[in-house]
Formats: sequence, structure tokens, C-alpha cells
Amino acid sequence: MSWAGPDNFPATSLADNLDKKLLVILRDGRKIIGILRSFDQFANVVLEGALERITVGELYCDLPLGLYIIRGENVVLIGELDLEREELPSFMVRVSATEIKQAQKAEKDATELKGTMRKRMEFLDLD
Amino acid sequence: MLFFSYFKELVGKEVIVELKNDLAIKGILHSVDQYLNIKLENTQVVDDTKYPHMLSVKNCFIRGSVVRYVQLPPDGVDVDILHDATRREARGG
Repeated sequence: MSWAGPDNFPATSLADNLDKKLLVILRDGRKIIGILRSFDQFANVVLEGALERITVGELYCDLPLGLYIIRGENVVLIGELDLEREELPSFMVRVSATEIKQAQKAEKDATELKGTMRKRMEFLDLD
Repeated sequence: MLFFSYFKELVGKEVIVELKNDLAIKGILHSVDQYLNIKLENTQVVDDTKYPHMLSVKNCFIRGSVVRYVQLPPDGVDVDILHDATRREARGG
């Protein structure tokens, strides 16, 4: 984000997003939603009233986090949530924290199983 | 600075930004900065069933460090001007 200097137009600044509800996607895949209170040139951000939204298939859960500072190097994308639109498709079901954790574990085990099975097939080299 | 200037020319055009986490977002290029951070408007995720959480996001800021590709419209490039600029940059730099 260019604060000063000859090339100022059009500057990419998060100032327009201050005090807005934003979705921040992190490099580890987490989705954090909160109100932007502060930012800097490294895309470090301060989110107030932050929550982590976990989605597994049709299930989702919001975990409250409070006041968060996110280091810019972990930020992938910062999206402005349009308050007039639905944040999630209507078929999605809200569940409790324990349920979503179980669903996450099940999904992780399924992908691991797929991975090991694929490795076994590749070893056999069935063409 | 060459790519920064090049992206400034593309402001207002529709692009698809593919990120290193495989997320691809189509949108209109609103602005770019020296770090090649990108701001897109009227965004739409390319495979939106896989990313339901992006449903209500219409404008976004993308950190330059996470971009893998920026797909441009075929008429978005004047290859001759780009070649000249590249040669000038290579000579001067």
C-alpha cells in the first residue's frame, strides 16, 4: 500500500474497508471474519469481534475469537462482506463446535485414505 | 516497476487471478500497487461450489505475494509496447 510517492494513482488501500465487516482468508486455509480497525503497508490487520468460520461440506460453525491481530505474511485475501447478501448458501447447516471438529477429522481421514490408496495404485502401476 | 505500470494500464479490465492456494477469482481490476497487491471489484469465484464462504464477497484485496497467475483478456496486451518497455527496462536496470 503506497502512502506517499510519485505513483499514487490508483492506490490499493484498505482505508476504504475500515470499520467494515471483512472476511480474511489465511495461508493455512482459515477464514476469519471481523471488523477492520487497523492495517499497515504489510497487510497486518486488526479485527474486532473476530470469529473463525469453519466449513465442512454443508456444515459450518462460527468460533468467537475477540480482538485479533493478523500478521500480514499470513494473509491471502481480504474480502468485503456485502451485508445485503447472504454470507453463505441457504443449504448450509450451522452445527456446534464439537460436531464441526468431528466433521473436519472425518474429512481429513478421508483425504488421507485417498492419498494412501492412490500411492498404492501408483506403486502397482496398473495401466 | 514495469509490471506495476503494466497493471495500471489494465485497470478496469476483467481478469482472473489464480492464487497459490488454487483459489481462482474473476473480477474487474480496480487498483494495483508497488507490491502488486490487487484490488478486484464485482468478484466471482471461478469454482464457487468449492468456496461457499466467498458468496457475499463482491470486492476484495489480494496480497501480491499469494498470486500465482493473472489471466488477462486476449486484447489486453499490446505486445509491441510491452516488448519495447521490457527492452528499455533491461537496458536501464
